[in-house]
Amino acid sequence: MGFLADTTVNLARAQFATTSIYHFLFVPLTLGLGPLVAVMQTAWYRTRNEQWLRLTKFFGTLFLINFAIGVATGLVQEFEFGMNWSVYSRFVGNVFGAPLAVEGLAAFMLEATFLGLWIFGWDRLSPRLHLATLWVAVLGTWMSGYFILVANSWMQHPVGYKLVNGEAQLTSVWALMSNGFALRAYVHTMLAGLIFGSIVMLGICCWQFLRRQDIDLFLKAAKLALIVAVPVTLLQLVVGNRFGAAVTGAQSMKIAASEAQWDTCQPCGFSLFQIGGFTASDPTPSFSITVPRLLSYMATGSFDGQVQGLNELQKQEQRQYGRGNYMPSIRTIYWSMRVMAYLGMLLFLVAAVGAWLYWRKKLERARWFHRTAIVAIAFPYIAATAGWILTEMGRQPWIVQGLLKTADASSPSVSTTWLAISLTVFVTLYLLLFVLDVWLMRRFGGRELEAPDAPAPVAAPEPAA
Amino acid sequence: MDLQILWFVLIAVLWGGYFLLEGFDFGVGMLLPFLPRNERQRSTMFETIGPVWDGNEVWLVIAGGATFAAFPDWYATMFSGFYIALLLILVLLIVRVLSFEWREKSESPAWRRVWMWANALGSAGASLIWGIALASLLHGVPLDSKGDFVGTFADLFTGYSVLAGVAVVLVFAFHGATYLTIRTQGDLCERAARAARGLSVAAVLVASGFLAWTVAVAVDRNDKDVFPPVLPAALGAGALVLAVAFVYRRRSGLAFAATALAAVLVVATLFTSLYPRVMVSSPDFANSLTVSGAASAHYTLKVISIIAAIVLPVILVYTGWTYHVFRERLGSEDEGAEPEAPPAAAASAGPSV
Repeated sequence: MGFLADTTVNLARAQFATTSIYHFLFVPLTLGLGPLVAVMQTAWYRTRNEQWLRLTKFFGTLFLINFAIGVATGLVQEFEFGMNWSVYSRFVGNVFGAPLAVEGLAAFMLEATFLGLWIFGWDRLSPRLHLATLWVAVLGTWMSGYFILVANSWMQHPVGYKLVNGEAQLTSVWALMSNGFALRAYVHTMLAGLIFGSIVMLGICCWQFLRRQDIDLFLKAAKLALIVAVPVTLLQLVVGNRFGAAVTGAQSMKIAASEAQWDTCQPCGFSLFQIGGFTASDPTPSFSITVPRLLSYMATGSFDGQVQGLNELQKQEQRQYGRGNYMPSIRTIYWSMRVMAYLGMLLFLVAAVGAWLYWRKKLERARWFHRTAIVAIAFPYIAATAGWILTEMGRQPWIVQGLLKTADASSPSVSTTWLAISLTVFVTLYLLLFVLDVWLMRRFGGRELEAPDAPAPVAAPEPAA
Repeated sequence: MDLQILWFVLIAVLWGGYFLLEGFDFGVGMLLPFLPRNERQRSTMFETIGPVWDGNEVWLVIAGGATFAAFPDWYATMFSGFYIALLLILVLLIVRVLSFEWREKSESPAWRRVWMWANALGSAGASLIWGIALASLLHGVPLDSKGDFVGTFADLFTGYSVLAGVAVVLVFAFHGATYLTIRTQGDLCERAARAARGLSVAAVLVASGFLAWTVAVAVDRNDKDVFPPVLPAALGAGALVLAVAFVYRRRSGLAFAATALAAVLVVATLFTSLYPRVMVSSPDFANSLTVSGAASAHYTLKVISIIAAIVLPVILVYTGWTYHVFRERLGSEDEGAEPEAPPAAAASAGPSV
């Protein structure tokens, strides 16, 4: 029975993890590419330089391919709370449901409707109004992100609620919406979106440089991408670090786990790399590279700060919540944090080198950099996935920090068999979608642009008009 | 109590909006394999719903989110209980989303055929299952005393619920055909009018049967009087009869208004029959979920009510504006005469920005 219950919860977790990670492969590119395409169209509107129009249409297509899949997987996520996590849904519905409902009403509706207007409105709206529809759609995507992160942050750091008959009830919508955790998570996530947008754009430009197509045109796009990528990747390192400090306050266990810090320390060194030291029976790494005092600074803002260790936190939580294991999987959390942070630094390096090459007017000829930038397209994807693994697995065993355990939250009416079947169905579907998406992105990302004087496809006159 | 009723009504309105809007794009989807003469007309059909289907589907997302926020117990029980039905719907909807995006990404006829069928089957399948699932809320499924679903997938299939599914499919197909008659011209419009006439009688018969049966189920299984459920049911049947008259008299605008009204009244009949419960339990009627039992606390309802009061009028304005922008008829007067014309302009006017 216990084994079966574990299997059920693990299958439900695997399914939610698959859906979320998959969803978030498409969402941040939408968040980041949206404003970049809007800037391009604005540049065209202002200057009437045809090159900007061609770029708008080129990157706009990539933007839309991604948006469609984001919608589809977003619907799955919304349904999955109720389908697989009915106990959770009952417990949090009063609080968590509100930002979700508001997201749909205030943001998603705006986003979907105005994107439809933008896609089909090229020859039906004035250029000014048509440009405005894209900016409104972008506003919708950015608002949408806020409400979703308000909901998620409540699971990490519950605020503005009271418990009534074993269910959480909202007591202050202001506390919910201004949750410090949510605001920090929002900045972190939106910056991630801009990194996605600019790095993918840079990579595609470099791909075109390699193929020696429309060099002038893609230099314009590469410049825009670099103007965004350099400051944003740098800022993200600072913001990510500060976000970590906020997590320390709300979820000490997550931070201790991400450092594999078994004993409370003061001052604490930051482990750059280690072999072993990930289990209670083997707490000392057989090999490690450590920077003295850095962890103290990152977690507390002071080089002398104290960071609580896993063993002490485990004892504290046992006193507070009763017997049980309150530690997440240390190895997973330790490495997901590092994969995210190291790739973040690497991305800054790529952007900085790209900017330097651009400044020296060598960007279009540096073939080694073109290959690097194409490979770097994968980095934000891996970093964001690692970031969500850190956020969500680092919260375990809780589904809502300190209030409800994941093991108690799944749907009693859903059988293990059907969970396994639905997981298989979604994974198969996602794999299929992924293959098709990559194929389409390659086709469109690597294609030649239409000649400047050819009529743009969308602007083709209606047969009847 | 008042806010609970308000949200029950609002969720009914959201479902009504979903049936009204996604109803016609599902309908157009179902007609894709049968109605057009050639690939070019098929592209024009895609084009009639291209700018709006995404916004239409958002009504479902909002209905789901609103149910989660306002009636967490209803959301939890229905979504976990109707697991397989919703799984199927999700798969069908995902496949359908892709068909819009990807169909015109290649000129290959085989590629286009695959996505055309994906859209058609996704539209028909999702309509059928939504009909079955929503009718099952009223007909009753086994719930335990904690409100958890204790039945199986088979419990969703009764004569009544299957009829509901078929009725929804037919009403949507009819609604899609009347939509095409106001959005297209020339040969395609003519073919759409013929399809509307062909579907009209079947739709009115099956849907009226379903509406009448709904009133009977409400009385039998949900402890309701004949009135008020009979009111929206009769109006719904009346709207369909009017729609038949309008399609035969070639009053396309009125016909579309009548099928739109019918789609909304199907939802209204179901929700009127359901109230004051949100999910009927059968055989243990006492375990049914009620509006007051499943609702969120007053404060949450107050918060989302204020937000909805601000946002909904704005949504109505920009949705209305969208339909205004895309009001003109698509397709050409004589396109049917060209045998298998290359899908040049009409096809690429899709979302290939």
